[in-house]
Amino acid sequence: MTAATVGFSFMKIAVLSDIHGNLEALRACLAHAAREGADRHVFLGDMVGYGADPVACLGLLADHADKGALVVRGNHDQAALGGLCENMNFVAREATYWTRSQLGQAERDFLASLPLTVHRDDLFFVHASADLPEQWNYITSASQAARCMAASPAAVTFAGHVHHLSLYFSAGSGVHAFRPVPGVPIPLSEHRRWLAIAGSVGQPRDGNNAAAYVLYDQEKRMLTFFRVPYDHMTAARKIIAAGLPERLAWRLQRGE
Amino acid sequence: MESAEHLEPGTEIAGYRVQEKLHEGGMAVLYRVTPLAGGEAGVLKVPKLEFGSHPVCYAGFDVEQMILERIAGPQVPWVPRLFARGESDFGPYLVIEHIVGTSLVEYARHAPLPVEEVARIGAALASALHDLHRQEVVHHDLKPAHVILLEDGQAVLIDFGLAFHGHLPDLVKAEAESNCNSSDSLLGTPAYISPEQIAGMRGDPRSDVFSLGVMLYLLATGRLPFGEPTSMAGLRRRLYFDPLPPRHILPDLPPWLQEIILHCLEVRAEDRYASAAKVANDLLHSDQVALTDRARRLRRTGPVTAAKRWLAALTAPPPAPKSPAAQLALAPHVLVAVDAGGSSEALLQALRDAVRRIIAGEPHWRLSCISVLEPSALTEQEYGAEIMRSQHTQRLVELHHWVQPLGLARERLRFHVLEGSDAASRLIEYARASHADHLVLGARGSSGLRRILGSVSSRVAAEAPCSVTVVRALVATNADAANC
Repeated sequence: MTAATVGFSFMKIAVLSDIHGNLEALRACLAHAAREGADRHVFLGDMVGYGADPVACLGLLADHADKGALVVRGNHDQAALGGLCENMNFVAREATYWTRSQLGQAERDFLASLPLTVHRDDLFFVHASADLPEQWNYITSASQAARCMAASPAAVTFAGHVHHLSLYFSAGSGVHAFRPVPGVPIPLSEHRRWLAIAGSVGQPRDGNNAAAYVLYDQEKRMLTFFRVPYDHMTAARKIIAAGLPERLAWRLQRGE
Repeated sequence: MESAEHLEPGTEIAGYRVQEKLHEGGMAVLYRVTPLAGGEAGVLKVPKLEFGSHPVCYAGFDVEQMILERIAGPQVPWVPRLFARGESDFGPYLVIEHIVGTSLVEYARHAPLPVEEVARIGAALASALHDLHRQEVVHHDLKPAHVILLEDGQAVLIDFGLAFHGHLPDLVKAEAESNCNSSDSLLGTPAYISPEQIAGMRGDPRSDVFSLGVMLYLLATGRLPFGEPTSMAGLRRRLYFDPLPPRHILPDLPPWLQEIILHCLEVRAEDRYASAAKVANDLLHSDQVALTDRARRLRRTGPVTAAKRWLAALTAPPPAPKSPAAQLALAPHVLVAVDAGGSSEALLQALRDAVRRIIAGEPHWRLSCISVLEPSALTEQEYGAEIMRSQHTQRLVELHHWVQPLGLARERLRFHVLEGSDAASRLIEYARASHADHLVLGARGSSGLRRILGSVSSRVAAEAPCSVTVVRALVATNADAANC
């Protein structure tokens, strides 16, 4: 990737995770990030799976990648390339098989080219956890977060995968969890390690159906979690029209 | 060798030149510094790094930086501005605004102070505190050493090392839980800390109201209400025992001041003032303070009350409250401007309806009924002062009469007659000084003024520092219409 040699110094970085083929949510978040002054994008994986627009989403991402965006691979991106998906539930597997049928060679090549992690400046990006990234471990507790932070080579780590937003930080001898308030910038002290779980653009699961992403202002060291309402009705209708499991449509309405 | 604790005058650090050491505390050293490029002097704050201690232990330093970064600015004169932060050869540093004024410690040294001075200082302090709480921040270490009074009477709060921000990670609590400094687990200063802080609860603005009460007690009596306990048992006494009533120490102290002080020092947070703004409001309008048993008390509470509190303290404290600003939202100060003589009954009723809707469901509202009395040509004549006095009384009577049909609790109500020829300015000023959350007024404003100066309500709506509701009677009467 051309971006590999480009430093980030003092940029406003929009970090978008778990898009899951939801074009409406992706567009809404990109537009929001543009209004917030984002000048760099990082996509934290799971670009496909569940949603009805995997090809369109990957097209948008590939355009951004050409302009310097960083992209890492998620478990759904990997599953879309082949394999048995034995560890997936029924609905996820259905969606994966459907997604495979949609992707052309260009999309498959793009996904296959993605790294599992990216380290830039003092930032580390990974889909699931910096601790054994290929095992796709979920970070749902301070102790799992601590393992990820210990394995990360950077002071600030960004991950997705769990579809919830949270911020973990080191203090004293341990790691503590904080539930971010959307839209409120959080200054990140240089004296700690931080792990931001970015939430999901395309399939939020915390009871709030608005898309989620984070914006990091590198110069001010300010991190802001955003919730962006988007046209989830259209995204849901497309899922049904595509013949994907209906459950994937109605969970978008409720953010489940 | 130079270290952060011993910087020589003239040392250059991050674009600033060190002038002299201002203060050396347990946690940090402060120097006065001037920018090399010229400009306003600042205070350089460097944490004291003990040998072998991990940077992550300097939670207080991080917290102060984080909170000042979020709230400080030219619009926020009650906290010092943050000029710079970063890492130098000597370690991390902050450069903050140099507040030139008198530390409250100086005033406390001369306590007991005259009642008027206690009220003036207390109101300035409570105002600054309320503004802080409105920004989601609870200070949690209020004491005279952390308050500076400016020449114009305004109070500035400093040292946010133990502060809590409702929307940011609580680094202080995380630190305490990690037992980084297990020897020093009390998050506050023994003489000033609230009962719930002793129990480890953070984030309640009423904890600061308690510490404010301790300072008022100190300024009014020259004594600390709970002494300076050095043991946990000594600290915990305030969970069960009230302090000695100030009037026991100084029998001449006015009952209203004792009422305010003991109201701040209630053991249970929910029994205290719901906001510092209300303390400020009461200190500025002592004649309006609703006196209760607290004002009359001359002795401490008996052992029965203490035993009850001891039992209550055995059960877990109530769950963490809402964020500081969300808590204040439950305690709105509503102002209603009533021109009883110049309004139709329909408009007066519409005002009552509007007020009823605004306070409905709010547990800790306070309603101030305001009338603006403009001096007329008549009052400049021989019997002018007397006429003003009688008009003043008449207005008060009208306000009481107006509010009576609402059937509201008397202790929630305040009545004020403002005097001045510019009604809109007086209302805006009053709303600002009393930290009003909502101002309600009739669309017509004062009929006489309206003809001369235009609409009072539109100017108030445009310039007031709070929400404004302009009320119109649904059926315009001839009297209202004539003056439109």
